[in-house]
Amino acid sequence: MILGTILIILSAVFFPGIILRAKSIASGRKGPGVLQPMKDILVLLRKGSVFSHTTSYIFQWAPTVSLAAMITSMLVLPFGKYDAFLSFEADFVFFSYMLAFGKFFTIIGALDTGSSFEGMGANREALYSMLVEPAFFILMGTFAMFTGYTSFSDIFANFFITNNHLMIIFGLISLYLLIQIMMIENSRLPVDDPKTHLELTMVHEVMILDNCGFDKALIHMGTYLKFATYGSLIFASVVPAGWSLSWQIGLFLVMQFLLATTIGLLESFRARNKMLKNAQFILTLSAIALVGFVIVLIITHKLMN
Amino acid sequence: MTDAAVFLILLVLSAGVFIVPARMKYVYTLSVFLASLVITSQWAITAFQYQNPIIISHSSFLKIHLPVMIIDRLSAFFILIINFTMLTGLVYAGGYLKPYQKSKTPVQFSLHFFAYLWLCFSMVMVTLMQSAFNFLVVWELMTVSSFILVMFDAESRPVLKAGINYLVQMHIGFILLLVGFLIAESVTGSLSFSGLEAYFSQKPNLPLFLVFFIGFGIKAGFIPLHTWLPLAHPAAPSHVSGVMSGVMIKMGIYGILRILGFVQDDLLTIGVIILIVSVLSGLYGVMMAIVQHDLKRLLAYHSIENIGIIGIGIGLGVIGLATVNPVLTVLGFTGGILHVLNHSLFKSLLFYNAGSVYSATHTRNLEKLGGLIKTMPYSAFLFLIGALAICGLPPFNGFVSEYLIYLGMFKEISDVGLYEAILLLLSIVGLTIIGGLAIFCFTKAFGIVYLGQSRSEKTEHAVESPKIMIIPQMAIVAVILLIGLGSFMFIGPVAEISLNLFKLDPGSFNVQTFAGDISRLSIIGGIFIVLTIGIFLIRRYVLSKRTIEKGPTWGCGYTAGNERQQYTATSFADNYSELAKPVIGGRKEMEDIGENDYFPKTRKFETSNNDGIQTKYIDRPISKMVGWLKKLAIMQTGQIQHYILYAFVFMLVIFILTWFNII
Repeated sequence: MILGTILIILSAVFFPGIILRAKSIASGRKGPGVLQPMKDILVLLRKGSVFSHTTSYIFQWAPTVSLAAMITSMLVLPFGKYDAFLSFEADFVFFSYMLAFGKFFTIIGALDTGSSFEGMGANREALYSMLVEPAFFILMGTFAMFTGYTSFSDIFANFFITNNHLMIIFGLISLYLLIQIMMIENSRLPVDDPKTHLELTMVHEVMILDNCGFDKALIHMGTYLKFATYGSLIFASVVPAGWSLSWQIGLFLVMQFLLATTIGLLESFRARNKMLKNAQFILTLSAIALVGFVIVLIITHKLMN
Repeated sequence: MTDAAVFLILLVLSAGVFIVPARMKYVYTLSVFLASLVITSQWAITAFQYQNPIIISHSSFLKIHLPVMIIDRLSAFFILIINFTMLTGLVYAGGYLKPYQKSKTPVQFSLHFFAYLWLCFSMVMVTLMQSAFNFLVVWELMTVSSFILVMFDAESRPVLKAGINYLVQMHIGFILLLVGFLIAESVTGSLSFSGLEAYFSQKPNLPLFLVFFIGFGIKAGFIPLHTWLPLAHPAAPSHVSGVMSGVMIKMGIYGILRILGFVQDDLLTIGVIILIVSVLSGLYGVMMAIVQHDLKRLLAYHSIENIGIIGIGIGLGVIGLATVNPVLTVLGFTGGILHVLNHSLFKSLLFYNAGSVYSATHTRNLEKLGGLIKTMPYSAFLFLIGALAICGLPPFNGFVSEYLIYLGMFKEISDVGLYEAILLLLSIVGLTIIGGLAIFCFTKAFGIVYLGQSRSEKTEHAVESPKIMIIPQMAIVAVILLIGLGSFMFIGPVAEISLNLFKLDPGSFNVQTFAGDISRLSIIGGIFIVLTIGIFLIRRYVLSKRTIEKGPTWGCGYTAGNERQQYTATSFADNYSELAKPVIGGRKEMEDIGENDYFPKTRKFETSNNDGIQTKYIDRPISKMVGWLKKLAIMQTGQIQHYILYAFVFMLVIFILTWFNII
C-alpha cells in the first residue's frame, strides 16, 4: 500500500546525490556530499522570490501543479506483491497522462515569462515528450498483451509467474527502454544536459530560468521524485513480485543506488546528442519497443505458431 | 410526453422573429428556443427510462398528417447534447452579436436568428425521423440553415467562398445519402430506416454501408472529406462555429451509428475501415492544427482530430461486435459516444472563447496576440480548462472518454489474434501520438494567445468580455468538471445506449462493476486537486514571510529585450514542422543573407501551410477539369448558324445510329 510511496520518497532523497557523487568520483573531483541536493532544496525553500513583470498567475501555479501531478501519478505504482495505493484498470494511462499534465503546466509556465529562451525550451520539451510517449505505450501494451492484465499492480504481479522463461528477453528490453525513457523524461543525457552553461543548448533548464526560491525547490523535488518513480517502475519490471518483503526492500534500495550510479557514470563518459538528432534518437526507442512487441508475439505463439 | 403538435406550433412560431421589433428579436428567439428545449428535453428524458424506442404521440386536432417520429436512447442522448450546446451558443450570441447591431440590418438579424432556431429544430428532427424522405428533408434543412448562419458576414469574400464551398460539399454528401436510401428501396421497396434493416439482412453489407459512411462522413469531417471544415468554421460567427463544431458535425456520427445498428454482416471489414480512417483523421487533424496561425482554423482542425477519436471508439466497438467480444464492444462504443458529448462541451467552449478574443482584438491571427491573460483573466482561465480537457488530461472530461477507448484496446490485446493485436497496438500508438500532439498544440495556442507579452497593438484595447459571454462558458466548464470528476455517474447510461442500439444482452457486460472500478478515477482526480491546492496554500503561506520582488524577465544579460523577441506561434511549431514536413508540407520563403550584407536592412520572411488534401485532391482536379471544359468552349461561337449546325449534326448522328440498329 503506502510502503511503495514511502520507499520512492526515501530513494528520491538520495538519488540526485548519488548521481553527483558518481560523477565527481568519475571525473576525479572531490565533489559535494550525497545530501547536497537536499541541502540546496532547503536553502531554496528559505529564499525570497523575484517574479517577472510579464508573468501571471500561471507562472505562480505551474511548479505547484507539476509537483502535485508527479505525486499523484506516483500513487498508482505497486510495490512487490502489494498493490498500489490506488490501482485500477489501465492506470498506466492515467500515470502517463498525469505526468503530461505536469508538463503542460511547466511549458505554459515557461511561455508565461515571454522570454525567447524559455519559449525555446518549451517547444523542445513539448516535442520530445510527445515523441517519447509512444515507446511507453507500446511497452505497456506489450505488457498487457503478455500478462492479460491492464493495471501496473496486476501486470507486475503476474509478469513473472507465466511459466514462460523466454519472457526474460522481453524483461531485458523493457529494462533498457524504461531506463532510456527515464533519462529523457528527466531531461538527462544524451537528449539534454542539466549542466549545460549555454541557454541556447538547454532544454529543460532553460524553461525554468525565471523560477527561483520556493518554486525552484518544488521543481527540484518533482525531478528527484520522477527519478525515483521510474526507478521503482524499473525495479518492478525486473524483480519478481513474489519474493519476500525484506528481499524486496533491500533489492529496491540497491537497485535505486545502482541506477543512480549508472546514470552518473553514463553522464560522465557520454557526449550529448546534437539537438537535431534528438528526435531521431527518441523515435528509435519506439522502434525498439516494437521489436519487443514482436518478440512477445513470438513467445506467446501468436506469430509463427 | 408533450404532444408533437406543440412542437409543430413552435416551428410555425419561429417565423415570428421577422415580425417582432428589432430590440425584441433576441428575446423572442430565446423564448421560442427555450420552449423547444423544454419539450424536446422532456421527450429525451422520458425515452431514457424505457428500453424500447417510443413513438412521439400527436393528437389529431390539427387535422394535419405529422410524420412518424420515434425516439430511442441514442436519439435522446443527441437531443440533450444539441439542446445544451444550442442554449450556451444562443446565450453567448446575445453578447457576441452586440457590436454587429450597427453594421447589420434588422432583416439580417431576423434571418440569422431564424436560421439558428431552424438549425436546432432540424438537428432534433434528424434524430427522430424514420422515413428516408422525411430524414433527408430535415437533413437538408440542417444544411441550409447552417449555411445561412455561416454566411452572416457574407460581405467579406472569404466568408462567401467558404459558405459556397460548404454548401457544395454538403450536397455531395446529400446525394450519397439519397443514393443509399434508393439502393435499399430498389431491393426492399421501403424508403425508410427499417428498409435499410431489411436490405442489410439480404444483400452484401459493405458497399451500401460505405455509401452511407461517405455521405455522413462529409458532415462529420473524416479525412479526406474534411476540407470544408477549416474554411467554414473560421468564416462563421463564433457562436455558430461553436455550435457547428460542437453538435452539427456530430449528426454525421449519429447517422453512422444509426446505420451501424442495422448492419449485420461484413462487420470486421467495416470496423477495420472505420478504425483506420479514424486514426488517420485524428493524426492528420492534429498535425495540421499545430501549424495554423488562425485561432479558429486551429480549432477547426482539432474538430477533425476529435472526430477521429470518436471514430476510433466506434471502430473498436464494431470490431468487438464482429469478434463477439462484448467488453471491446461496450468500451469502444461507450468511449466514442461519451467523446461526442465531451467534444461538444470543450469545443464549443474553445470556439466561444476564440470569439471573445476576436471581439476584444479584432484578429484571429496568433502572431498578433499575446499577454491577454492580464486584460481578460476570466477568458484565459476558461480557455485553459478547455485546452486541458481537449488534450484529454485527467481529471477533466476528455480523459474519461479517451481512457475508456484505451481500456478497451489494452484489455483486448491479450485475447485477440495476431492481426487484431497488431491493429490494436497501432491504434494505441495513434491515439498516444494524437494526445501528445494535442498537448503540443494547446500549449502553443494558450501560451501564444494569453501569455507573455502582446505581439502587436491589436491587444492594446482588449477588455474582458461581458458577463453574457462568460456565463455560458462557465456553465460548460461546470459540466466538464462534473463529467471529469463524476465519470462513474455518466458511464452507465452511456453504455446502455450502445447496448440498446446493438440489441446486446445487458447481462453480457456488467456496467455496474465496471462503473465501480471507474470511480477510482474520480478519487484519484480528487486527490490531485486537493494536493495541488494544498501545496499552493503552503507555498502562499511560506512566500508571505519572504521578500517578493518584481523584476524583468531573465534576458541573459541583455536587458533591452522587447516583445518582438518572444517565441511566436511559428517559431514554437518550427522544430515540429521540420519533422512533420512530409505530411503537412509547408513553405518558407526568405532571401538569403548575401556575403557582403554587413548592414541590416528590411527583409521579408514568409511561411505558409496549405492543406495537402485540399490542394492535391480537390483544387488540382477541379482546375484541370475547368481547363478541359474551357477547351470545349471553342464550340461556343455565339453564332446562331453554328448552333443550328450542332442540332443538325446531332439529329444526323441519331438517325444513322438508329439506321444501323445501334440505339
